[in-house]
Amino acid sequence: MRNSWWKIACIILLVYTIVAGFLVSVPALRQLQETIRNLYFHVCMWFAMMILFSVSVVNSIKYLRSTKYLFDIHAAQYARVGIVFGLLGYATGSIWASYTWADPNNPAFASFGTILREPKLIGAGMALLIYFAYFVLRSSITDIDKRARVSAVYNIFAYAMLFPSIWIVPRLLPSLHPGQEGNPALNYNDIDGRMRMVFYPAVIGWTLLGVWITTLKIRLRKIADKNILHG
Amino acid sequence: MVKRWLKYFIIIGPLLCSLVLLAQDIPEKGGKVEMADLMRTNGKIYVVVAVCLTILFGLILYVIRLDRKISKLEKERG
Repeated sequence: MRNSWWKIACIILLVYTIVAGFLVSVPALRQLQETIRNLYFHVCMWFAMMILFSVSVVNSIKYLRSTKYLFDIHAAQYARVGIVFGLLGYATGSIWASYTWADPNNPAFASFGTILREPKLIGAGMALLIYFAYFVLRSSITDIDKRARVSAVYNIFAYAMLFPSIWIVPRLLPSLHPGQEGNPALNYNDIDGRMRMVFYPAVIGWTLLGVWITTLKIRLRKIADKNILHG
Repeated sequence: MVKRWLKYFIIIGPLLCSLVLLAQDIPEKGGKVEMADLMRTNGKIYVVVAVCLTILFGLILYVIRLDRKISKLEKERG
């Protein structure tokens, strides 16, 4: 294994996340009860996704400045793993919401309807679809240089669209999702010190896992595209 | 080449988490909130932790094996 110190840090942080995440006591809130522990898993997926997408866009800009094919590989793979984390965040969020947002007084269909109208969900769905389009675009261009250039420009657009769709618009509309007036999970009123001690290491641990998987994909791609890189 | 600042960040970052106050208590109106106290009293929460750790170790072992395999491929072809 190459550069293994941060991989070991990743393993230690994730083990800490699971042990402390289940065993450290959490505030007893009526609606959430024990599901508040999902903060260490669901929210971390979104944090990891955002960080991976940021690394991806940086590599796209680097590609446009230098036209080195290596940066294109980096940008594509970071975006790919970012999407995986986004999908995991979406899936875990939908499980969590179905147990905490659903109103037992309403029929299931009506409360499902209110969940579907959630601006946060629509925004996150849009952001992910825009990133899906990034890969549709990539696979539709066969010329390597053209593909790298067009998709790098598109990646900057996709990253810019993340901000209105997941950061700005959901804050302007009424929502059941916590963190309406500020940054969810970073706000001092949202989580207390006990949870912070687990939450921040969890974010770092999950992000490192994402980076680890991405480096593996990049290295594989580099072996496969050896002729293009050195030819 | 290991980036030194990144190393410091990962080591020092988690330590800063303990600087936050722990003494907060959120008052709850309407009596006691039902938590998984039963699982804590009879110790069965540890079963959940064990299951999750097993899954995590399985996934991490898989990633490590992939990492080793790719390193080997790099040596053969590089």
